[in-house]
Amino acid sequence: MAYKIVSSQCTSCSACEPECPNVAIYPKNGTFVINPKKCTECIGHFDEPQCVAVCPVDLTCIVDTSVPRYQATA
Amino acid sequence: MSYSPGISLPVIQQPEAIMQQVAEHKGCGTHGGSGKASCGSGAGQNDLAPEIWEKVKNHPCYSEEAHHHYARMHVAVAPACNIQCNYCNRKYDCANESRPGVVSEKLTPQQAAKKVLAVASTIPQMTVLGIAGPGDPLANPEKTFETFRLIYETAPDIKLCLSTNGLMLPDHVDTIKKFNVDHVTITINMVDPEIGAKIYPWIYWKHKRYTGVEAARILTERQLQGLEMLTERGILCKVNSVMIPGINDKHLVEVNRAVKSRGAFLHNIMPLISAPEHGTVFGLTGQRGPSAQELKALQDSCEGEMNMMRHCRQCRADAVGLLGEDRSAEFSTEKIMAMEVNYDSETRKAYQAKVEVERDAKVAARQSELETLAGEMSDIKVLIAVATKGSGRINEHFGHAKEFQVYELSTAGAKFVGHRRVDLYCQGGFGDEDSLDTVIRAINDCHAVFVAKIGGCPKDTLGKAGIEPVDRYALEFIEQSAISWFKDYLDKVNRGEIEHSVRGDADIRQGAFIAA
Repeated sequence: MAYKIVSSQCTSCSACEPECPNVAIYPKNGTFVINPKKCTECIGHFDEPQCVAVCPVDLTCIVDTSVPRYQATA
Repeated sequence: MSYSPGISLPVIQQPEAIMQQVAEHKGCGTHGGSGKASCGSGAGQNDLAPEIWEKVKNHPCYSEEAHHHYARMHVAVAPACNIQCNYCNRKYDCANESRPGVVSEKLTPQQAAKKVLAVASTIPQMTVLGIAGPGDPLANPEKTFETFRLIYETAPDIKLCLSTNGLMLPDHVDTIKKFNVDHVTITINMVDPEIGAKIYPWIYWKHKRYTGVEAARILTERQLQGLEMLTERGILCKVNSVMIPGINDKHLVEVNRAVKSRGAFLHNIMPLISAPEHGTVFGLTGQRGPSAQELKALQDSCEGEMNMMRHCRQCRADAVGLLGEDRSAEFSTEKIMAMEVNYDSETRKAYQAKVEVERDAKVAARQSELETLAGEMSDIKVLIAVATKGSGRINEHFGHAKEFQVYELSTAGAKFVGHRRVDLYCQGGFGDEDSLDTVIRAINDCHAVFVAKIGGCPKDTLGKAGIEPVDRYALEFIEQSAISWFKDYLDKVNRGEIEHSVRGDADIRQGAFIAA
């Protein structure tokens, strides 16, 4: 149920942090990370995941396959 | 940074120390052949409306002449960006607009404000604080405006500037006005979305990523709307454009008209800087930058329309210092945080008053020399290169020069038309002879090079290359000396002692700034 940030790709530019509708993104160890418990893949908020849309480096914000995909409840 | 040009360089350590000297910008300086132009340069005073002249005359980024006497600094508080440019690789430093890369230090607004006050207290010439990145200041509005607020409250005499890609500009124009930011730079590389699609792969706007022509259309609409809104509110606006041969080089004449009609007071056309090792789209596709003469021809063709700026050094967003010096090491974050800063505006005022006396003397010297040219009739125009570290004087040793300023001489006087950086060429890996060759390539379109001092060996080599080394005006004012030399040159041509010939083209350095 979440996206994750590939830390080796992250430039720590902080563009994603304020765009996340769930306030799931925060700085950690010099880059940014996504709290998978809060991430909804932007479902119900926007047409596309905001971290992916704003990130300047391709393939930095990607689906975290280690957790199940997010299911909208409503 | 205004997202502009951006190429970036493979990041190699870019110690924060680099803040390249402020040196960069210099102004628009020109007085134009057509009688137009010139912010700041001596002529500016006559070409610009008095209220604009009053605002720009001490601004090193707007006036080549002011850059000899005043300094600006940038603070890197705005890392996020909202568009992608093909000349920029966000992972690395940007060579075009000098965006520091990921290894560079980012500052919080509090750290930035303290740094500005520390620098201003130590360097009384520091009159301007700019926020230009490393991303786009208006994609980081809280950080940008908090920094402005802190400085505005403590040091209201420091001018505040902002450099943006323009996408979010219409939303923030009123806040910009509120903090008394009176200078804004917008990077506008096109007004035609079809051309824009070749420069910008995407933008992020209103929670959506747009690509292609649609992205470029939104961007150009927002940029021009933002420019109009600034003009309505009396905020000075400069436009930066990156000249990309084959993509927007011819189109920039149209851009020039579009921004002029909307009230931009100055246009700064900069060369694309592009190399494969920058890792940018343009670097990898082999897109070349313009030569020195291609750039000058475009600037000249726009000059009849409006003031052109020619002194831009495409400096880094975290530069500190004055022309020809690098003070960055004194102002690392660690040192600043440990510093006691007492901002003393009186000392600064006293220093600046002295500077004004010196500037007046320079203008008077040029005027009196210019009078001796009166009556000379000739179509001859020549370029000369000058080694200077500021104050408007020929005061740099040839071998120490990191850049040369280029003046065009004619019977109308001496006109600043640009500068050529040579610092990269002189850095490691090259022997002395190689670096001398690269200096010659950088000033190959000049008839003479004016220096405070020069060794015998480079003197001979320059002479053989057809560039006359001139050291007899050491420490004198640049324009006065140049006019005096030009008079002699015309006399010799008239007496048949020498034959006037046109010189060739010159290189623009292709590389990012590594260290100063």
